[in-house]
Amino acid sequence: MAIWTLAALTFKEAARKKLLWMALLVGLAFLALFGFAEHYQTFGPRVTPLLRKQIMNTQFLVALYVLNFLVLAMTVLTSVDTLSGEIASGTIHAIATKPLRRHQLLIGKWLGFVGMLTIFLALMVTGLAATTHWITGYSPRHLLQGISLMWLEGVLLLTVTFLFGTIFSTLSNGILALGLHGLAFLGGWIEQFALFTNSERVATIGVIASIVMPSEALWRRAAFEMQSPLVGALGFSPFAGGATPSAAMIGYAAVYCLATLALSLRLFGKRDL
Amino acid sequence: MPAADLAIRTRGLRKMFLQNVAVEGLTLEVARGEVFGFLGPNGAGKSTSIKMLLGLVSPTSGEAEVLGRRAGDVPTRSKIGFLPEHFQFYGWLTAAELLHVHGRLYRIPREVLRRRIPALLELVGLTPHRDKRLRNFSKGMLQRIGMAQALLNEPELIFLDEPTSGLDPIGRRMVRDIIKSQRERGATVFLNSHLLSEVEITCDRVAFIKHGQVLETRQLDSRFEGETTVSIRARNLGPEIASGLAQWGSSIAVQGERISLTVKSTDVLPDLLRYLIGRGVDVYEATPQRPSLEQRFLQVVGEDGGL
Repeated sequence: MAIWTLAALTFKEAARKKLLWMALLVGLAFLALFGFAEHYQTFGPRVTPLLRKQIMNTQFLVALYVLNFLVLAMTVLTSVDTLSGEIASGTIHAIATKPLRRHQLLIGKWLGFVGMLTIFLALMVTGLAATTHWITGYSPRHLLQGISLMWLEGVLLLTVTFLFGTIFSTLSNGILALGLHGLAFLGGWIEQFALFTNSERVATIGVIASIVMPSEALWRRAAFEMQSPLVGALGFSPFAGGATPSAAMIGYAAVYCLATLALSLRLFGKRDL
Repeated sequence: MPAADLAIRTRGLRKMFLQNVAVEGLTLEVARGEVFGFLGPNGAGKSTSIKMLLGLVSPTSGEAEVLGRRAGDVPTRSKIGFLPEHFQFYGWLTAAELLHVHGRLYRIPREVLRRRIPALLELVGLTPHRDKRLRNFSKGMLQRIGMAQALLNEPELIFLDEPTSGLDPIGRRMVRDIIKSQRERGATVFLNSHLLSEVEITCDRVAFIKHGQVLETRQLDSRFEGETTVSIRARNLGPEIASGLAQWGSSIAVQGERISLTVKSTDVLPDLLRYLIGRGVDVYEATPQRPSLEQRFLQVVGEDGGL
């Protein structure tokens, strides 16, 4: 019960601070921009229906790419202060002395943020898919798999932010969490380029980066799932080239996320407040 | 004292932060129903001790029991109230909402909270501000709402860490009254403070601590024990009075209407006064000069305050 009280409190905070409204406003602006671009998009006589479909697919993935970035940034920005800030200010003393276990406190907060992330992502992807379908009649394939992977990426980064929040100050936490994701992002691109230039050793570096932080691998797999089979067959797209993360990597990311959560619980359970 | 009568019992409780000793070896017993003052200079380890008793900080060694259970025990916390030092909470909550959230964390049913929250807001004088956000609260108002939060579960044991900090005289009076009513309810109050005059009025017993060790515990009741200086104001003092008083005390000084003497115990006072009246002296006042808590504190802790 304490878990739900705390999870609901996270929602209430977002609502009270107008974060939810601001996020939805940004989301609406985003959808409007995308919708107008699609609406006024004209194709010359040389564009075959097949090519047209490829363009629309790429457009859709570009929008998701930006949305993915927005979700990740919002996740880190909103949750970065929740543990470290309350520990530093002593606000947590009044909560942690109530009849609830430390793990309930952490899970309650975590669930609140997972809930907000889920709602925002679901609303935005539904909005994007609906706008695209309504304007162009195009529907991307494997949308659910794609969103699920994006969702897992958000949850993964959230959990990493929670883990750092149990150890470091707010600012260090933000730098570390975003820095780690930056590393994964760069690793992903290195892996793609390595495939192009046939450099096995460089590809290994990219894979190592994904093992250290598998967040970007999830996006690349999501893009791979949603891209058109033709682009996939060509072996090159800006989002998912031939270096597609394997199912094992996705499993690894899920285990990574759970292990990070377990470690956060352990560290938070033992630390002095 | 039997363990069942104790609200708090610690043995050699010790806390080190890296190489620094915060609490050296705290051995303490607080009886149920007692208002106990925990006094010490800044940095004496008072807050760390409270945090260990509440399970916020885990001790490096030693043992601590609170209400008969290991300190930090989760179910026992539903019988404990805590006002942290410099209480603060989410600024976006209103006073009533804050109490509701904490009430839910205590697992108090909503219908009970519906009755209890207005009563507590009234008790701490915040009824007109019930819908005001905490970010607009003054320091004193935050302390007041923190106090209300600590009483939500009608606790058996209440920890108050510097409850009067930031409070004006009216607020301090309110804290005193609350402590008094909690004692009457049978609750134990563990008061951490360095406002000695406050402690003197409210506490039954105090412990002086320095470097996390109890230097002395002291009962604060009206009975005077040991050698006490008595100040007497009287008229019609004959020259033989000073030598006559020598049978009850020493260091006798007579100056105008004032007599000052040191007696072995206040038990001799009735005989002494009967003697004076028998000699035709008009006695207006006879006051044992109790050394103030502050004087005793400075004697025990030292003027340097342990810094």
